Amino acid sequence: MSTSRTTNPLTVTAPEGLPFIDFEREFDHPVEKVFRAHQDSDLFRQWIGAGSDDLTLEAHEFRTGGRYRFVQQGEDGEAYAFNGVYHVVRDNEFAIQTFEFEGYPDVVSIESITFERLDGGRTRLRGHAVYPTMEARDGMVGSGMETGMNAGYAKLDDVLDGIEGAL
Amino acid sequence: MDRAFTALGDPVRRAILARLSTGPVTVNDLAEPFDMTKQAVSKHIQVLEQADLVTRTRDAQRRPVHLNPSALEELTSWIDHYRLIHERRFRSLDDLLDRIPDE
Repeated sequence: MSTSRTTNPLTVTAPEGLPFIDFEREFDHPVEKVFRAHQDSDLFRQWIGAGSDDLTLEAHEFRTGGRYRFVQQGEDGEAYAFNGVYHVVRDNEFAIQTFEFEGYPDVVSIESITFERLDGGRTRLRGHAVYPTMEARDGMVGSGMETGMNAGYAKLDDVLDGIEGAL
Repeated sequence: MDRAFTALGDPVRRAILARLSTGPVTVNDLAEPFDMTKQAVSKHIQVLEQADLVTRTRDAQRRPVHLNPSALEELTSWIDHYRLIHERRFRSLDDLLDRIPDE
């Protein structure tokens, strides 16, 4: 857990009237390392589930033309699955992937991730997701991510408690 | 709503809210776990107050800070979940990057 270091802020923006979501976040480590944490399945598994150990990476081929499928056990006992393809992956630079929550089938978002090299051995990660419609964006993020990727954090209180514990 | 998101964007303010979820607390007691001056904590509380996430009552000089649960409930919207999930994830990535050696 982070101790004295201040956590780098996360910026999330969702423009009015456009089915996009953008995020931006810096890391105090070089771009090669941040990229490796995405590409190496063992490393990826350790952070993508945000500490929960009930996430299974059925497939995770972080290369151009590769595919992925993750399954997470929700608190409600249901399994939530996500899949997509890595349309392009350029080492230490850029990736585009599709994303489908299987509970919301045939609605696919396209997400690009940019790994930007910063001075001082630091990295900026930028994400841009495009959804087919506004409803898809709000619905996929609201239902898919909330119940699936984040079943353990259903209650905001729990989330806040967890963050307090991490400080 | 925007103010509330901005207010929640800071880890100290989230920790303050977490503490308040167990009951009203004075500024002095809130400042204690942080390596911060009372003034700095007061500023954070002001931001939370402006975002309507907390209120302060006039209780002689103590003026304890109270959580406003209905404002928090409104925030459990899709974008808030998106933010919380990603924040959680990226903290987890920070920890991993700290642990693994550079190549």
